[in-house]
Amino acid sequence: MSRFKKKKGSETPAMSTASLPDIVFMLLFFFMVTTVMRETTLIVKNKLPKASEVKKIEDKSLCSYIYVGAPVSGMKTKFGTEPRIQLNDSFKLASDIQEFVAAKREATAEEKKPLLVTCIKADVDAKMGLITDIKQELRKAQAFKINYATYSSAD
Amino acid sequence: MSRRTLPEINAGSMADIAFLLLIFFLVTTTMDVDTGLVRKLPAMPEEEDIIDDSQIKARNIYVVLVNAKDQLLVEEELMDISQLRDGAKAFLNNWGKNPDLSDSPQKAIISLQNDRGTSYEMYIQVQNELSAAYRELRDAEAQRKFGVYYAELEGALKKEVRKMYPEKISEAEPKKIGGN
Repeated sequence: MSRFKKKKGSETPAMSTASLPDIVFMLLFFFMVTTVMRETTLIVKNKLPKASEVKKIEDKSLCSYIYVGAPVSGMKTKFGTEPRIQLNDSFKLASDIQEFVAAKREATAEEKKPLLVTCIKADVDAKMGLITDIKQELRKAQAFKINYATYSSAD
Repeated sequence: MSRRTLPEINAGSMADIAFLLLIFFLVTTTMDVDTGLVRKLPAMPEEEDIIDDSQIKARNIYVVLVNAKDQLLVEEELMDISQLRDGAKAFLNNWGKNPDLSDSPQKAIISLQNDRGTSYEMYIQVQNELSAAYRELRDAEAQRKFGVYYAELEGALKKEVRKMYPEKISEAEPKKIGGN
């Protein structure tokens, strides 16, 4: 009996948290490896379509991104609900694309200029009218290499 | 030298530091999509050198039209998106047998035209199916000749297969007909 009584009196030992840092570091490394630094804040809805014949972008620094989609809920009162073009951090018109591409070209080293790609990240609900306008502007700006960003789905 | 054992460093706050770093990375980074369909746009046409369609035999053009309701009209027949890949493959790999389909894959051109009201999702699906048709033909050719998939081939061999099945997807100059 006395034995049991003794046990009752003692406190439960504290759980060892020694391995907690290891677990957190593991999570940290996972996120560091799988994610990239955020460059622009999205102000358009951007649900990308799926495709199976995708290629990976080799060098992201050579990519200029054009986002297309309906403004996010906070912007709706000011910018409406129709899909629009986002360049860098603000809404722009198709006519601004040439300037945007030229700025990117200006900022790139001479030997890498032919490798520049324009990446179109358009929402599934966008209409081709707007995309066609973008493509026409890119042709005028002589930026012929384009990439339609899509999720890859195994066929 | 002292024989005393050093007091252990308290690692209790290590987890806090790691959490801090973790939260910083969670906030500042995104899981970015870096895959996509690669396409090359044609140069703007000069006034004088607009290509005359009539110089290409009609049998060598595979006309794919997509309307504002996301319906497909392929070679003047209504088609479902699921049939497009096989349809395109049959057209490309005809080698002159069927008089309605192409002479050879080198001469064959797929002409794609969409309406301003076509949804982007549909457009990507059509582009994807057409790419898939070319990829499957190239894969079959690579398997037959070299026993490997097209993507696994090296430089010159890859070029050879690509020359056999050149990807010719032409998008019509946008026309301003039909509403949004």
